Amino acid sequence: MGELRLMKGNEAIAEGFIRAGVDAYYGYPITPQSEVMEYLMLEQPEKKTGMVVLQAESELAAINMVYGAACTGKKAVTSSSSPGISLMQEGFSYIAGSEVPAVVLNVARGGPGLGDIQPAQSDYFQSVKGGGHGDYRQIVLAPSSVQEMYDFVSIAFDLAYKYRIMVLILSDGAIGQMMEKVVLGDQIPRMTNQEIKDKYDSWAITGRTPGREHNVITSLDLDQENLERHNHHLQAKYREIVEKEVVFEEYAIEDAEYLMIAYGTSARICHKAVQLGREKGIKVGLFRPITLWPFPDKRIKELSNQVKGILSVEMSAGQMIEDIMLAVESKIKVEHFGRYGGVVHSPEEVVIALETKIIGG
Amino acid sequence: MAELRIEDIIKPENIVFKKTKLFTDKPLSYCPGCGHGVVHRLVLEVIEEMGIEAETIGIAPVGCSVLAYEFMNIDMVQAPHGRAPALATGIKRIHTEKFVFTYQGDGDLAAIGTAETIHACNRGENIAIIFINNGIYGMTGGQMAPTTLPGMQSSTSPYGRDVETMGHPMKITELVSNLPGTRFVARHAVHTPALVRKTKKAIRKAFENQKENKGLSFVEVVSNCNSGWKMSPVESNKWLAENMLPFYELGTLKDE
Repeated sequence: MGELRLMKGNEAIAEGFIRAGVDAYYGYPITPQSEVMEYLMLEQPEKKTGMVVLQAESELAAINMVYGAACTGKKAVTSSSSPGISLMQEGFSYIAGSEVPAVVLNVARGGPGLGDIQPAQSDYFQSVKGGGHGDYRQIVLAPSSVQEMYDFVSIAFDLAYKYRIMVLILSDGAIGQMMEKVVLGDQIPRMTNQEIKDKYDSWAITGRTPGREHNVITSLDLDQENLERHNHHLQAKYREIVEKEVVFEEYAIEDAEYLMIAYGTSARICHKAVQLGREKGIKVGLFRPITLWPFPDKRIKELSNQVKGILSVEMSAGQMIEDIMLAVESKIKVEHFGRYGGVVHSPEEVVIALETKIIGG
Repeated sequence: MAELRIEDIIKPENIVFKKTKLFTDKPLSYCPGCGHGVVHRLVLEVIEEMGIEAETIGIAPVGCSVLAYEFMNIDMVQAPHGRAPALATGIKRIHTEKFVFTYQGDGDLAAIGTAETIHACNRGENIAIIFINNGIYGMTGGQMAPTTLPGMQSSTSPYGRDVETMGHPMKITELVSNLPGTRFVARHAVHTPALVRKTKKAIRKAFENQKENKGLSFVEVVSNCNSGWKMSPVESNKWLAENMLPFYELGTLKDE
């Protein structure tokens, strides 16, 4: 049993960064995630593990500092919220093209534009379809509790290094700001420079080791045939991730005639909504994608043979529903419900939506 | 008949000039007459002479020198446009024992990357910035740069730079010399042998300063762009001396 604490989601993930053996955090303040850097500055991890914490001049600079550090094989991370994440998209595309491991946290808020500072799930398209230029993907993990904010850090870095890919932890202002108990694990030591050399000398720019060719990290290839080959390589990697790394959770699914699909904060609300629905005699279950990319479309397709209709619940105007509809292939009814622009739906509203849009609709 | 070897023709004692070991064998992509090749060579000579090729990490920009990593046989990363000082910061902060440098042109460093340049300088990052100023965007075909002189023609200032509507050329080197985070700031040129030697000394200093962790070293090299300026290499060097240097004065702006 690890150490038990009461923490905000933003604090838990910051502690997660330290304990996962992260080498560097580079960030820029933005509500509702400023507690991440505030916590790190207060904790002074450079005195405990040697982890560097630096406030950058912009989100652009922060993601490029992460890019630089990641190129040397070090564990680097940044965090922001929706408008700041938009600014970072250039960096995400470069990280994808040049295949370096990195982890980014988005504590999403209402949009578009400057929007507001309340929780929202309207960054789904940007996260899973790619907000930057080019044919690329990033793994997207969606925590729905403070515990998962903490736990997903190590999972994210394991995936980032396994595939040399960027992993986005897509949270929202509710999970970032809420306080819950969280069990903290032991400190994982930071990788030594020698360990990085031993493991990643084939690509990391750590200084040209005598006897090897110079390592170069670039996303540029002016020969279009070569660039197409590189893209084929990336697509093969993405197919492998789709095959192996899908994660989801199911609740009250065995006898379900209707299904809610929701992630993050909406999944917590739907958990309650399923209970309310069952009290009214509706056989409804909850499916929670934990990886938003790769999306659990195979399992959703299977479930579409069992249930009569699916309600996609998201704090957005309806984004994830497009991936659900692709999975279901129009065999059953799929509808979206969600409050958005920073408004959070209640479990009661979700049950009414299920009754009117799916059961009675 | 015995095979004829190069060593039989050129005796070691007669060698006065040879290819720097740290150049790769890739032919340079720069236009004949351009100063980039010379500055590449100076950077590599300094790294070789200091014996630090295993401890050096370089950052290439977007611009003519985007492919610097093809020619420099050291570990390098190619940065998004203007972001090289941010990458250098990210690297140096967790590799304090390494030598880290950026190699950037004027559009990269003084237009799109102004914020990254100013803030890396202001934080006093312990890195070297090598800044090539040729007053034009060479890679994209000769557009106006932040450093294009008043009245100077380019493909996006075809009637000459009108400072009333297009803004003034930016002396970013003077600007960063006023920031407390910079330690060594100098402006040099490479169109004469004597100036090449001075430039090399400055670049050497920029690398050696990193051993002492006292702030950022910034070396501007005023260079030609004979293709972008639509001149012969000889004409462009003459034009540089007569027009660029009165505006961008050579010398050491700061040495602490």
